[in-house]
Amino acid sequence: MIAYALTFAFACFGIALLFNLYRVVIAPGVPDRILALDTMTINMIAMLTLFGLREGTEMYFEASLLFAMVGFVSTVAYAKFILRGDIIE
Amino acid sequence: MDLFFEILVSALLVIGGFFGLVGSYGLVKLPDPMTRLHGPTKSATLGVGGVLLASMIYFAWFGAAPSLHELLITLFILLTAPVTGLMIAKANIHLQWTRDELPPTGTGTNWATLSDRPSLMDDGADLRLVDEGD
Repeated sequence: MIAYALTFAFACFGIALLFNLYRVVIAPGVPDRILALDTMTINMIAMLTLFGLREGTEMYFEASLLFAMVGFVSTVAYAKFILRGDIIE
Repeated sequence: MDLFFEILVSALLVIGGFFGLVGSYGLVKLPDPMTRLHGPTKSATLGVGGVLLASMIYFAWFGAAPSLHELLITLFILLTAPVTGLMIAKANIHLQWTRDELPPTGTGTNWATLSDRPSLMDDGADLRLVDEGD
């Protein structure tokens, strides 16, 4: 049963990543692109966790933690760049 | 007991996948930038939260030893999602509207992010540095 649920979740997050990619490429404004990139990292965290579940290892935990941290920092840096034209003042 | 935990993990995976899809669909579907901020919060909290919870329960019951380090990621995402939301909302305010177009705040002062007055966090350190010729 878990195998079917895993396949379903993989498909869902795969389609979600495609939506995000569409929003990164075709967006009405720059903040939308940033938001789409942020959502992309969050969906990738879910994908990595699902992959770890499928393989039965906890090795991918570090990778998803790194994704969470780097994704947050990059999103804040992008938003700050739009707001002030500079990242570190 | 195995069956119960299988059903629980599967349900959490399905719920997580569904909300992740809904959040990203909202990002494409919703009409303007401020409403588009709503969508990804659902995939950030319920979507990833469900998947991480499923992983935690799976490794606690079927794995070698119970571990709580998925909670660390959940906690980190729950802490950082509002901050990124605030930053992007501020960027939206600055790019979309001028001061006159925004609704009144009701306190007589301007919107905090648009006001010329120094913020409460500003203790004048920048000005002191200028005075001392640094």
